[in-house]
Amino acid sequence: MTAISLDAVTVSLDGNTVVEGVTLDVTEGEWLTLIGPNGAGKSTLLRAIAGLVSFDGSIELDGEHVDRLGRRDVARRLAFVPQSPLLPPDMPVREYVLLGRTPHIGPFGSESRKDVEAARRALERLELERFADRRLHTLSGGEQQRVVLARALAQEAPLLLLDEPTSALDIGRQQQALELVAELRTQAPLTVLSAMHELTLALQYADRLALLSQGTLVATGAPADIATESLLAEHYGADVQVIANGDGPVAVVPRRRRERG
Amino acid sequence: MRRAIRLPLACGVVFLAGAGLAGLLVGPVDLGVGEIARSALAHVPFLHVHSPLSGADAAILWQLRAPRVVLGLLVGGMLALAGASYQGVFRNPLADPYLLGIAAGAGLGATLAIVYGSGVVESYDLVPLAAFAGGAVGVVAAYLLGRSASGGRSTAALILAGVTVTSFLTAAQTFVQQQHSQSLQEVYAWILGHLDTAGWHDVALVAPYIAVSAGVILLHRRVLDVLSLGDEEAASLGVNVRRTRFVVVVFATVGTAAAVAISGLIGFVGIIVPHAVRLVLGPSYRLILPLSLLCGAGFLVFADVIARTVLSPAELPIGVVTAFFGAPFFAIVLRTSRSFA
Repeated sequence: MTAISLDAVTVSLDGNTVVEGVTLDVTEGEWLTLIGPNGAGKSTLLRAIAGLVSFDGSIELDGEHVDRLGRRDVARRLAFVPQSPLLPPDMPVREYVLLGRTPHIGPFGSESRKDVEAARRALERLELERFADRRLHTLSGGEQQRVVLARALAQEAPLLLLDEPTSALDIGRQQQALELVAELRTQAPLTVLSAMHELTLALQYADRLALLSQGTLVATGAPADIATESLLAEHYGADVQVIANGDGPVAVVPRRRRERG
Repeated sequence: MRRAIRLPLACGVVFLAGAGLAGLLVGPVDLGVGEIARSALAHVPFLHVHSPLSGADAAILWQLRAPRVVLGLLVGGMLALAGASYQGVFRNPLADPYLLGIAAGAGLGATLAIVYGSGVVESYDLVPLAAFAGGAVGVVAAYLLGRSASGGRSTAALILAGVTVTSFLTAAQTFVQQQHSQSLQEVYAWILGHLDTAGWHDVALVAPYIAVSAGVILLHRRVLDVLSLGDEEAASLGVNVRRTRFVVVVFATVGTAAAVAISGLIGFVGIIVPHAVRLVLGPSYRLILPLSLLCGAGFLVFADVIARTVLSPAELPIGVVTAFFGAPFFAIVLRTSRSFA
């Protein structure tokens, strides 16, 4: 089954074409990561799928046109975690996670017992129960990242869109965050589409990579086929070495050009 | 969540009731609580309670004090609720309807009516109408300017547009006022705010606007919490951000325009009351909105009691009282609270 289907998607922001003619299918249950240099259009493509910017072409979720789905319908199918979420500093963690239930609550309604239970489960799955009454500004960057993920999980959408989920984290927290997503996928059916800068982590965690460059989709395939020295040299202008072990490529390492003086 | 709102709500209702009672009790003519209660029951059919008040006292109670208290409750509640909702939809702690051109527009409208309207028609009825229209013109001008500047995407552009329109309309108002110094005192009294002309006629005039506005805004209390996550995340949670902001701003503005039309530019209530509530109870609009309504209503009636007793039989402009007592109170709340976001 195709979870997300993009056909010739083009996005223009203030007259500049940022994403051009992207055609891509994301299969149900897979983890696909968008890679590409700065300004390649990764975030914009995610935002188009989440219905946050207008686009030309067609985007389907589970075979249904997003234009024909209402906002709340889209939000029930798809949870979006932006690169730098706005966290109201004085809001308690529990209330923040409960806001993830918004698409399941009528416009003027309030949370039912079911919603409270869903938020509690999300907190439990991310081991955040002891933080439930803490205010958001008292948490560390890694804890905040987990809280944002908990809010997305409380949404109980089968599709998770992650925009640079590791950008503000140290290497340990990066690993924890991605391990967490990997673990969530083992607990419940979850399709993940992420955009990432960090190539080593991208190729270690994703089932497939899609390389965007200057708004167009250049290549899609298994990490071993996309994270190649020649493709990365061509599109990132980077001189890198791809290190592999028995399972395939595990790291992308930059090569220093000039000898140490 | 639901349990968490009960205690603050009960406190708000007690505060409101206390303010209402003070408003009915305090004045040059002494009326006791028991007499007021029995006089009130005398209005209920089939109870056969006889009012203990003389005709004059009953008139003071029911034709002077009671409508003034009710008007104070309506205006104070509306100003505080509108301020809280503006701060929510714009995510800006200093936003309130006054900032978006309504105060300056209403000021200009009222000034024009006072200066040129007397003699043409009965100016008492013209001033509220002109103030309401002026306020509406101010807000629409600010809204159109802000939209054309940013395509409706930036709330900062809207607030800057409000500042621009306010400056322009205030300049126009000052010019008209200077040209007609004979009506300076009347204009000035209007600008500083008052509840003194209140009769049931005034109450009936504004009550429908305020009731509908307050109802619509309160319906949005959870959506305002979602908006505090930012436009983009609120949209990704299925909220129509622009429509929500538009609806809340329209109703907050209409309610405020109605309040301002009758009582002039009573300052400070829309900023201080919501912030005091927020500092005590936290950032959830599900608490801030209803409590701002209750506390704003009570606050303004208490301020009015002070305004008409301090220099009795003369009256202080109520805007002076709200600022003079409100600012130190706010300073205390600010100092003793845990944090200010």
